[in-house]
Amino acid sequence: MVRLIIDGQEIITEPNRTILEAAREHGIHIPTLCYHEALEPFAACRLCVVEAETGRGRQLVASCAYPCIDGLFVHTQSDAVLQSRRITVELLMASSAHVPLIRQLADELGVGVPRFTMEKDDCILCGLCVRACQEIVGVGAISVINRGIEKKISPPFRIASNTCIECGTCVLVCPTGAITLADITGGAQTVHPWESEFEVVDCRVCGHHYLAPKFTDHTALLAEEHVP
Amino acid sequence: MSELRNPQALVDYCQKIRATTDPQQRRVRACDGTGCRALGSRKVLARLQETLQEAGLADKVEVVPTGCPGFCELGPLITIDPEGISYNRVSVDDVPAIVAKTIARGEIIDGLVFVDPVTGQTIIHDHELPFYTRQMRRVLALNGQIDPTRIEDYIAHDGYAALSKALYAMTPEQVIEEVKRAGLRGRGGAGFSTGMKWHLCRQSPGEVKYVICNADEGDPGAFMDRSILEGNPHSVVEGMIIGAYAMGATQGYVYIRNEYPLAVQNLKIALGQAREHGLLGKNILGSGFDFDIEIRVGSGAFVCGEETALMASIEGKIGEPRPRPPYPAQSGLWGKPTNINNVKTWANIPLLIKNGSAWFASVGTEKSKGTMIFSLVGKIRNTGLVEVPMGISLSELIYDVGGGISGGKEFKAAQIGGPSGGCIPKEHLDAPIDYESLTALGAIMGSGGLVVADEDTCMVDLARYFLKFTQEESCGKCVPCRIGTRAMLETLERICAGQGRAEDIEYLNEIGQEVKRSSLCALGGTAPNPVLTTIRYFGDEYEAHIYDKKCPAKVCKGLIIYEVVATLCTGCMICARNCPVGAIAGEKGQPHVINPAVCSRCGVCQSLCKCDAIVVH
Repeated sequence: MVRLIIDGQEIITEPNRTILEAAREHGIHIPTLCYHEALEPFAACRLCVVEAETGRGRQLVASCAYPCIDGLFVHTQSDAVLQSRRITVELLMASSAHVPLIRQLADELGVGVPRFTMEKDDCILCGLCVRACQEIVGVGAISVINRGIEKKISPPFRIASNTCIECGTCVLVCPTGAITLADITGGAQTVHPWESEFEVVDCRVCGHHYLAPKFTDHTALLAEEHVP
Repeated sequence: MSELRNPQALVDYCQKIRATTDPQQRRVRACDGTGCRALGSRKVLARLQETLQEAGLADKVEVVPTGCPGFCELGPLITIDPEGISYNRVSVDDVPAIVAKTIARGEIIDGLVFVDPVTGQTIIHDHELPFYTRQMRRVLALNGQIDPTRIEDYIAHDGYAALSKALYAMTPEQVIEEVKRAGLRGRGGAGFSTGMKWHLCRQSPGEVKYVICNADEGDPGAFMDRSILEGNPHSVVEGMIIGAYAMGATQGYVYIRNEYPLAVQNLKIALGQAREHGLLGKNILGSGFDFDIEIRVGSGAFVCGEETALMASIEGKIGEPRPRPPYPAQSGLWGKPTNINNVKTWANIPLLIKNGSAWFASVGTEKSKGTMIFSLVGKIRNTGLVEVPMGISLSELIYDVGGGISGGKEFKAAQIGGPSGGCIPKEHLDAPIDYESLTALGAIMGSGGLVVADEDTCMVDLARYFLKFTQEESCGKCVPCRIGTRAMLETLERICAGQGRAEDIEYLNEIGQEVKRSSLCALGGTAPNPVLTTIRYFGDEYEAHIYDKKCPAKVCKGLIIYEVVATLCTGCMICARNCPVGAIAGEKGQPHVINPAVCSRCGVCQSLCKCDAIVVH
């Protein structure tokens, strides 16, 4: 077992846990955007930063990825942590101040009007959709393209992906509503913003359409592979 | 060539090469590096070979295309042995005279030798050039001496002797201990102890381990790593084999950018030759140790110089950094223990092992041992590649080695460490160049890029330039770097355009600090440095831009106007005819007038005016 001190509170946890996991188990609140417990840590949104007293002094580290080390002192509410989170949220507001999740974080941290603005965008590049598609679905139909400020989430060549199995996981994990599913006619849906259009089958019981045949085929294939 | 199967075979081979080399042989060493090639050295070399052929001297004179000897300012460079007569700015038309006079008769051609711009003294021999006498060339010693495409040249200079020593006279632990004792620190930027890094990688459990050479040099104005790989690739290969032996790695990679074709080519040749000679691959030098190296060519993303992004790129993934820990020594390439060192670090290893840690540590400061290689660029007289002892002062580097500021101008600042580094002002010219001092001044040692700014450089514009680079190169994974650098850049662009606001300096400082502290990797962690240091040392220039709407160095286009001094203008009409936007009006023989509303501030008129009648306000 590993013993560490978070905000003055002694916490005993199993090795191989991250600071975020240990903190949440003990009811210590650390905000996150790009973290999902079913996915590998990504450490990109920087909202989960905490101060850790490392060999190189007090350092801001991403708690979602930093391991619990025996004897580590961690501060989740220090001035440096709060200032870092405030600036991160202010920067996210530059293009996504209209997103409810971001506004809620801004209110929580007391961030007012952002001093810098860019073109409006629902996507905050948390990468949950890409990672879920890769790590959970195992398909990798979407990816990040471009670099820096030009970075976007997209299928290859920015056209509807034909490796997509139409499972809708990306829509489900997207925290900002940047990826949506829309009914276009009875029995067909489209995924925005990539205009991936697919047929859906109706439920025999209630009559609502709920599944894409491609997804059921994929699942059936997986099931076959797992038959001994 | 048969493989060298034991240490004695290597010694014998070295002796054999030396025995067939006559030191009194007439040789022409011609720089064939990228810098001199850009200045036309390939044509000079071809003409030289033709002319020697015509003169019937082709079999008496050996022509050696070498790597960069460093004095790029005066290229193309050639040196004629055995005297070591150094000619600079050699053109194709100079070749017949060089062959007829110097090569055939040993006569010196006045117009081609170096004349000291300060003392007016003529200097004939390369080893007497002040540019070299003030340096301490260890890693660069063979650059400009040997043909990098011939392993024989390297072996004749004790090449691979250190590898032989490591494999047969030292245990892996002893090699690591020696590197630790030497105090060698990573030459790629962060300056972590190389021996400690090797130790951690060796200690890491695992059958498969990797070593990587980081040759993804990408800072504007930096060409240290390129020049070593072009001019002496075997030194890097030898260093990597020794490292692999010490850490127990069986596979190595050199990650090099595609924009360095000559370095890639020379490295490929070197790897092939090392394999042919039994120095790379299976059973190296008959020792039973197996290790091979592959080249991975990067596509020019600056962020791929960051070690975790570099490894992702080698794995075929998107070049994005990941959080550490785990460090590469624990879980690196494909999850295996991995050690990454910069080109210069690897190139130091054979020298360190051959000459011992005491020799290595005999120069430098308490915490920064050995030498450091810098590429001197910007407003400096001796643009080029230099190697100096750690701890040398900035003024010695800039004035004694670099020859001072070009055009007799006043020094203003030195940007050390490339776009991730910081600006060091005049007040700190006496500061010693070592890892700790530079960090204390807000700069970093970085990989060795040094850009000199003079009185005509606007520091706000310089910060804007470097930040534009890092902002474009940010991978965009983490929020502070992706959006923060953009927010800072737009603020700087506004200030340079004359629309600065009172709160801008505070905003830049605040966001800059946060980008530094909160970013995922060192790219964001250092990107604000040029902005933060210029604010720290040249705050008055920012204030002049914001409050007085003036650019003191007269650089920022939004804050200057071009004007004709009526009393000096002869009305020759040259400016009016050449103005690309038609902003200049005036009759022939009458003083001209520039319309500031139309003028694009390109400066063409000023550069063409024969009577200095155009001034900038």
